[in-house]
Amino acid sequence: MTTVEIPLTTRKDWSSDQEVKWCPGCGDYSILAAVQMLMPDLGVRRENTVFVSGIGCAARFPYYMNTYGMHSIHGRAAAIATGLATTRPDLDVWVVGGDGDSLSIGGNHLIHALRRNVNLHILMFNNQIYGLTKGQYSPTSEEGKITKSTPFGSLDHPFNPVSLAIGAEATFVARTHDMDRAHMQETFRRAHAHKGTSFVEVYQNCNVFNDAAFEGITAKDNRAEMLIDLKHGEPILFGVDGHRGVSQRADGSLEIVEVAEVGLDAILRHDEHREDPALAFAISRLSSGPTMPTPVGVFRDVQRQEYGEAMTTQVEHAKAQKAPDLAKLLRSSGFWTVD
Amino acid sequence: MTSKHVEQLDRVVIRFAGDSGDGMQLTGDRFTAESATLGNDLATFPDYPAEIRAPAGTIAGVSAFQVAISDHEISTPGDTPNVLVAMNPAGLKANMAVMERGSTLIVNVDAFDDRALAKAGYASNPLTDGALNHFTVYEVPMTSITQEACKEAGVKPRDAERSKNFFALGLVSWLYTRPTESTLAWIHAKFGGKPQVEDANTRAFRAGYDFGETAELFDARYEVRPSTFEAGDYVNVSGNTALSWGLIAAGQLSGLEIFLGSYPITPASDILHELSKRKEFGVRTFQAEDEIAGIGTAIGAAYGGSLGVTTTSGPGLALKGEALGLAVSLELPLVVVDIQRGGPSTGLPTKTEQADLLQAMYGRHGEAPLPIVAAQSPSDCFDAAIEASRIAIKYRTPVILLSDGYLGNGTEPWRLPDISTLAPIEPNFATEPNHTKDDGTQVFWPYLRDEETLARPWAPPGLAGLEHRIGGLEKADGSGNVSYDLANHEKMVHLRAAKIAGIAKDIAPLEVDDETGDAELLVIGWGSTYGSIAAGVQRTRARGGKVAQAHLRHVNPFPANLGEVLHRYKAVLVPEMNMGQLSKMIRAEYLVDAKAFTKVQGSPFRAVEMEAAIAEMLGAL
Ligand SMILES: Cc1ncc(C[n+]2csc(CCOP(=O)(O)OP(=O)(O)O)c2C)c(N)n1
Ligand code: SF4
Ligand SMILES: [Mg+2]
Repeated sequence: MTTVEIPLTTRKDWSSDQEVKWCPGCGDYSILAAVQMLMPDLGVRRENTVFVSGIGCAARFPYYMNTYGMHSIHGRAAAIATGLATTRPDLDVWVVGGDGDSLSIGGNHLIHALRRNVNLHILMFNNQIYGLTKGQYSPTSEEGKITKSTPFGSLDHPFNPVSLAIGAEATFVARTHDMDRAHMQETFRRAHAHKGTSFVEVYQNCNVFNDAAFEGITAKDNRAEMLIDLKHGEPILFGVDGHRGVSQRADGSLEIVEVAEVGLDAILRHDEHREDPALAFAISRLSSGPTMPTPVGVFRDVQRQEYGEAMTTQVEHAKAQKAPDLAKLLRSSGFWTVD
Repeated sequence: MTSKHVEQLDRVVIRFAGDSGDGMQLTGDRFTAESATLGNDLATFPDYPAEIRAPAGTIAGVSAFQVAISDHEISTPGDTPNVLVAMNPAGLKANMAVMERGSTLIVNVDAFDDRALAKAGYASNPLTDGALNHFTVYEVPMTSITQEACKEAGVKPRDAERSKNFFALGLVSWLYTRPTESTLAWIHAKFGGKPQVEDANTRAFRAGYDFGETAELFDARYEVRPSTFEAGDYVNVSGNTALSWGLIAAGQLSGLEIFLGSYPITPASDILHELSKRKEFGVRTFQAEDEIAGIGTAIGAAYGGSLGVTTTSGPGLALKGEALGLAVSLELPLVVVDIQRGGPSTGLPTKTEQADLLQAMYGRHGEAPLPIVAAQSPSDCFDAAIEASRIAIKYRTPVILLSDGYLGNGTEPWRLPDISTLAPIEPNFATEPNHTKDDGTQVFWPYLRDEETLARPWAPPGLAGLEHRIGGLEKADGSGNVSYDLANHEKMVHLRAAKIAGIAKDIAPLEVDDETGDAELLVIGWGSTYGSIAAGVQRTRARGGKVAQAHLRHVNPFPANLGEVLHRYKAVLVPEMNMGQLSKMIRAEYLVDAKAFTKVQGSPFRAVEMEAAIAEMLGAL
């Protein structure tokens, strides 16, 4: 086998020449920087990398990456990327979308991509608001949220995107946030390494229409007590010096406990690779919004047949069985000859 | 050896009708196949209900299959059947409106009991109350003879009853001196895995055939001699099969792998089924979660360098509207197939109509022109699919290919083309940067157009130096970068329109069939009305009438000479299975007083209707 050297690149190589046009202070900037800076480390080529997005502030992302890319239509990025990834298994296909793009108009395509396990890395920037359309509530906005379209408070119960993805039996589900570059990069690296669909929810601050929505958990001073950083094989601990942890009750449900009260042995060990999604789902239910201790990191990372590869196998198998012969095909259901 | 004498017929139209569960489509298909091997020209019209099994015995549950067989060239499955084979009272009642006095009815008399008569809505038995006095009626106890024939084989009467359609097939095969070997072989191939079923069907078929021979009922048999066909290999093909094969051919001709993203919908699903079987041609089929994902995945595949295809019917085309706009903006090759059915909404899902033309033309937001190609007969779907693909690839544009339920399900003999004569389609992928910046660096501009075709370069991911971003936001002419410059937008709108309009230079001029050269009336159509119009024109000419006929393969852009052709005639008639959509387009474009002749009854125009409409126009000249 010949190994082809991947040329060394820097962030600059991965940045397009287009001016970035998000509002100053928008969390999207730090996510873009994290991705652009991570790419040189992934051992991939720019020409084999594609970013596909729908519509929204988040969805402008592909314009800023010096790769192949498509800024498509609202909600459909997962479907479009599915067609690309299943026909071009040689490509590295990323999908970027907002919470409205991915979960509202595009919710159907998202869950179907997840169940099929197409080779896509899906980054969902969750700012719990519709940014581009100037501040309506989104499917992840908290109940009672006052926005332009809900002056009396929203009536909708929000989705928990991680629960939704695990419910759809996604094979890789993770959460990170825009305030911690190292955590984002590690999460994206893992998502990239996963074969099949990886889904990453990125808490993202929209400083114009939903400022500080995640501050209670992502601000530097709050992280220790409010973020539960999941680590495979380790007891799920958080808080200063790991004084709190997650333990499983007799009925299987989870609770947050003081380690001193229950002892370290009573703390649940995180297992990303559990086939059964029930425990990962239970972990995702520990928090119903960014006001309570919230798990971040990789919830689930399991192997299942990758869709595009399976499709390619079927095609290759058929080709090996039968040579393509158009003249024969036309005669395949019986023919007669007139002399 | 037959003892009964054989009469020659030049053409016969037979309609098989029974309950949805009676296997009428299969019976008709087999009779058609027998006739095809015999060398008849033929045309078929399957006519089935929307429900898989509507209540048994009701009019709503009647499934019918009409076939015309002929010793000369024909273009329609016939206006009125010469023979109706009715398996039950509902099958008779549902079809009596189209039967003319003097025609033949072969009925399964066993099924005419009081309950069945009541279910069909008969107050009294038409076989005995004189209602059928003007018809030649053959009452055949199909069920009981079938049961009797199957008894020896140990088949229970209830199971044997299910083979009665093979009895009917055997009887009609005898009556029209059809060869039986192919059907017997077919029964073996199809039911070989279930010996009892195979045995029952074979016995039923033979019993039907023998019944004709031995019963004193029929005094003659009929023969429809082979038609004269050009030398070649022939198959009896449906429009949906021909269309699928045309797409595969386009893949072979272009060297592109085909990706079909599709959501099941009648009457288009058969294309998904057919293509799913043909993976050896590098065809990838994807049953999407909805029609939007169907076209979305096809757009993604097209971006990746495949021939992206999505197939649907009218309701699905409506769902694809927004993504079609994206494809227009992205300027990527895409073939969108619409097998039209009766609308609006769920409408008449199993019946034919041509009412999506204006949706295909204008059903998008913004100025979003795209080419429209229409197939005119079942076998023509093959060529139409290749033509749609050719335009899509050459001009980097979505193309809508219009067929309909009548073409999709109907069949006709098709002289197979010599594959080697089909013109290759050159994808012409971009291979290198195409623009030099002021500072001398070489860059790739995804919207730098070919001067001749105005097509943009197609650069699937994978080539270094050609990285680019495309999207639905307006792009700067040339560089393809997002541009909100208003003058640029107007320029791009005009460029996209000019690209599509320019295809007129690349399509065959409209041909006119004007026998005498001095007709004053032109009948012009598009799509599946071709056969009916041709039949109406022939009848008119047979009576000395002068009329010209033309048929559009390209509905957008129109052929370059269409205006000139239209202005040559004093009057223009446009028959359409809608409320006059093509006639609107023609009137708007060419300011001619084209008259629409419309029908929206879920079935094609009859030749007599067409003749009458032509006669009325001629009379007014
Ligand atoms: C078919 C369609 N419907 C509506 C819109 C308007 N629209 C654009 S973005 C958007 C929501 C954006 O919210 P989100 O996906 O959360 O992205 P964000 O801007 O917050 O990053 C909406 C409703 C559209 N572009 N297309
Ligand atoms: S509206 Fe919000 S999400 Fe959009 S760019 Fe501005 S700050 Fe960012
Ligand atoms: Mg949002």
